[in-house]
Amino acid sequence: MSSAQSPLRRTRNLGASHSGTGHFWRERITAAALVPLSLWFLYAVLGLAGTNVVTALRFLALPWNALLMAAFVLTALYHAALGLQVVIDDYVHTAGSKILLFLLVRISVIAAGSVSLFALLRIAAF
Amino acid sequence: MADTPQTPGNPAAGRPLSPHMTIYRWPATMMTSITHRITGVGLSLGILILAWWLIAISNGPDGWNAFHAVMNTPPGLLVLFGIAWALGYHLLSGLRHLAWDLGYGFDKKLSERNSVLIFGLSFLVAAGIFVLVWTGHAGYLQ
Ligand code: HEM
Repeated sequence: MSSAQSPLRRTRNLGASHSGTGHFWRERITAAALVPLSLWFLYAVLGLAGTNVVTALRFLALPWNALLMAAFVLTALYHAALGLQVVIDDYVHTAGSKILLFLLVRISVIAAGSVSLFALLRIAAF
Repeated sequence: MADTPQTPGNPAAGRPLSPHMTIYRWPATMMTSITHRITGVGLSLGILILAWWLIAISNGPDGWNAFHAVMNTPPGLLVLFGIAWALGYHLLSGLRHLAWDLGYGFDKKLSERNSVLIFGLSFLVAAGIFVLVWTGHAGYLQ
């Protein structure tokens, strides 16, 4: 059977989306990273539940905790953006709405990430 | 699979129709598949609350109190319970996705059993988290 791919595309393994398995692979890498990170996150949030703001500030001001919280938030946001893109691709079929929703996801993710990092920096300097 | 009736002028005549999801009994694996997606979207919204929590802490006592004034209410706690369940569910189901990607766990009986297991365990995780908080076993970082 003849292929719709040109020989060059096929050897580059990029396929119709011009990005090959990159998106799929990043979703798995971030998922694997989120397993330990979300367990740490549960440990941290449960440990802070019902305490007070001073405890939370002290905890998040410690470098390792700040780094792990930043890693959890950024990895989860990246994983969420990749995942939401698949969901939008599956249900939204008009180019205009699709591009609009992709933009919305990316802007929200960048905003949530910057704001969280800024908050963590502020806490570290508190 | 039903065949489309052979009528003149119907270009798809005689071709098999693709399976229609709506005519099947829903097996547990279909439930877990769509629930993984729903929890994924739910967690994507939930992480915005996490961003707000970090901002609130960085704002000191005022921020902390404002956060609790909203989240420590029945609707707020319901949302937090939903997020706890979604995270437990998505984590367990995500582990199974990763196992699938490595080629494990495709047996039909096993997938059905694991689906029930994932649903059951996810509710246990969420309930466990809330029981820990309400019995005073959380807050151990103080
Ligand atoms: C706790 C660790 C996590 C693991 C192990 C995990 C794993 C996965 C995997 C393997 C997929 C791909 C599923 C598929 O191919 O259909 C996925 C999808 C997704 N995840 Fe996660 N995830 C985790 C946490 C999160 C978090 C924290 C969020 C949100 C902030 C999230 C949002 C999503 C979304 C939106 C999708 C797309 C759903 C879909 O395409 O149906 N995940 N996750």
